[in-house]
Amino acid sequence: MVAAAEAVVASPGFAKYAWIIALLPMLSAALTLFFGKRTPGRGWIYGVATVGAGFVLSLLVLWHFVQGGGAYSSSVSWFRVGSLHLELGQYVDGLTAVMLIVVTAVSLCVHVYSIGYMHGDERFTWFYVSLSLFTAAMLNVVVADNLFQLLVGWEVMGFCSYILIGHWWEEHVNSSAAIKAFLTTRTGDIPFLFGVFVLIVASGTTNIHQIGEMLGAGDIARGTASAAALLLFGGTIGKSAQFPLHVWLPDAMQGPTPVSALIHAATMVAAGVYLVGRLFDVFMHADPWVLQFVGIIGGMTALGAGLLGLVQDDIKRVLAYSTISQLAYMVSLMSVGPAGRNAAFFHLFTHAFFKALLFLGSGSVIHAVHSNNMSEMGGLRRPMPVTFWTFLIGSAALAGIPPLAGFWSKDELLVSASNGHQVVFVVLLLTALITAFYTTRMVMLTFFGEFRGHGHPHESPVSMTAPLVALAGATVGVGFLGASFAKAVFFKWVYFEEPEAIHFVPWVAALSVGAALLGVLVGYSVYREARERDPVLAMGPLTTLLVRKYFLDDIYLKGIVFPIRDKVSAFVYWTNQNVLDGAVDGAGWLAKAVSRAVDGFDGSVVDGAVNGVAQTAGFTGGILRYVQSGNVQRYAVLLFTGVVVLAVVFTRF
Amino acid sequence: MIRLPLALFFSAVLFSAGVYGVLARRNAVLVLMSIELMLNAVNVNLVAFSQAWKNLAGQVFALFLIAVAAAEVGIGLAIVILIYRNRETINVDEVDLLKW
Repeated sequence: MVAAAEAVVASPGFAKYAWIIALLPMLSAALTLFFGKRTPGRGWIYGVATVGAGFVLSLLVLWHFVQGGGAYSSSVSWFRVGSLHLELGQYVDGLTAVMLIVVTAVSLCVHVYSIGYMHGDERFTWFYVSLSLFTAAMLNVVVADNLFQLLVGWEVMGFCSYILIGHWWEEHVNSSAAIKAFLTTRTGDIPFLFGVFVLIVASGTTNIHQIGEMLGAGDIARGTASAAALLLFGGTIGKSAQFPLHVWLPDAMQGPTPVSALIHAATMVAAGVYLVGRLFDVFMHADPWVLQFVGIIGGMTALGAGLLGLVQDDIKRVLAYSTISQLAYMVSLMSVGPAGRNAAFFHLFTHAFFKALLFLGSGSVIHAVHSNNMSEMGGLRRPMPVTFWTFLIGSAALAGIPPLAGFWSKDELLVSASNGHQVVFVVLLLTALITAFYTTRMVMLTFFGEFRGHGHPHESPVSMTAPLVALAGATVGVGFLGASFAKAVFFKWVYFEEPEAIHFVPWVAALSVGAALLGVLVGYSVYREARERDPVLAMGPLTTLLVRKYFLDDIYLKGIVFPIRDKVSAFVYWTNQNVLDGAVDGAGWLAKAVSRAVDGFDGSVVDGAVNGVAQTAGFTGGILRYVQSGNVQRYAVLLFTGVVVLAVVFTRF
Repeated sequence: MIRLPLALFFSAVLFSAGVYGVLARRNAVLVLMSIELMLNAVNVNLVAFSQAWKNLAGQVFALFLIAVAAAEVGIGLAIVILIYRNRETINVDEVDLLKW
């Protein structure tokens, strides 16, 4: 019996087929692109079917690790550049399995939800193509066993994010938000690319696992690892919207809400955190100050973005700043070490569910009231009960109220932070308080009080509420995976060096719950009654600072974008006028001169030769024609003359 | 016994008369007759050489030539008649359409 059980565990099981999960949405993207418009329902069926199949397969992969199975890795050769051998491969371990679940589950919910939300949209089919392509890219990042493949998925995600934010590009604000998002994340991607180069040059391979082994064996110098870690973290700053490149994420809320839920809450922005976790070996073998730097960036972003979330009127922007803040939680926890990494992944796991739930819930609200602004909402709990209750569950999870998922993961985070630096712990606790406050503010402004908008809001269709209910169920359930009394199975799946779970520490839990409850109570008491003026907007200079987003956008625009744009455009204009036009004019002049010369040659030499031959022929013909008179006797004279000449010649010589 | 040089001389005179006739006469019938003169000059040559060298092949050729000459005259006269029907003349100078 025991041997049989071990055999089951030893075989790779469904982990072998993880690559299929990544390939399925790619297939869906192709099918939707080519056949979507001719399919009934305009093509959503492909995305829902393949991502659903992917979700089932992900569960089977996770089952392999639930049984205690080991990591599985396989690859096929792709191509060779010089001495560098590039492969397409998969590395499937517990972390991969968890990420597969997150991505496919949220993606499936979003695919279903979009049927209702995007109903009647002009580019409905194209929207599904982009969604599927994005899902494929993200899954590719998750299963990739080498840096190069990861980079490919990473860049495709950036591109899909760009086209999806700009889905309604007819409005200028949307297209400029898309450009801003693309360029800002790109700023982070360049260091990331160089980080990959550093690792490839230092190790001679792109395989993540091999790089980890070389680091462990000390084959890569500490300084090199530091440089690589710092450069790679640049990619995280861009993609996971950390300070100072966080400015794109709030603007990215211009995209359709399902996109915000999938890309800008649950998956793509989490890819930055996943990257640090996947390449954690590099960070562990770097100088200690690199991880400190990571912690500082994370802590600053967590608190700063949380404060910005206080003053927003746009419900999606509140959630966007909250996402930045929560991602920063995870990033700052990475600095604590292996235990922090595991806790961060647990938070990533739970956060993906409840933040997707909140985004989809806000989408349902926006769908009903046709506005993003909370000043035009209010009192929606009666007309939209399903949305209200699910949104409330998500908000409670975000605020960290037990026993929901957010509480457990935030608790683990704080426990591991308490083992790390004190400042990080205090900052995170403060952020938890602020998070609870602005979450309460959001719920109160949206669902309580009197309705301040226009028209009659009504509950959304089933295709939109069903994903909400599913995600709410997940939000309630997944937290227990990491709870210590449930054996904390989650940490066995994603463990890094330290298989044991973080223990439940009562005083930390008390502080965490205390902070959350304090935030909720303050929020409730402030927003219980309708007020003329939002209290958070009456804090004098602080409000100005927050509303202007620490003036960061102004600094970027006036300090970087405008100077570069003006200088560049002036330079481009000058180049255009002088260099390019000069080149074009010169080429034109040269072509004219050459063709003139060719024309002359053609006229005099070629035509001259042809005409000369013709004239010569005509002239000689004119002379010779007199020979042919038609008179037979004259011919006969010539004939006899010839005979006589020949006779004389033959007889004489 | 006629001596060979005499026969050859006679043949040359006869041939020259034929050539003159062909080149100088305008009447097509006379041109044809001149051609006959030239052919007969050849016949005289053949017979003379045959007799001088005791070889009968020359005489056989002469017989052939006579037959061919008869056929040639037949065709030639037919052409002349047709020309006359079409052009109402048998003047060789005026039959000069085959030219530039």
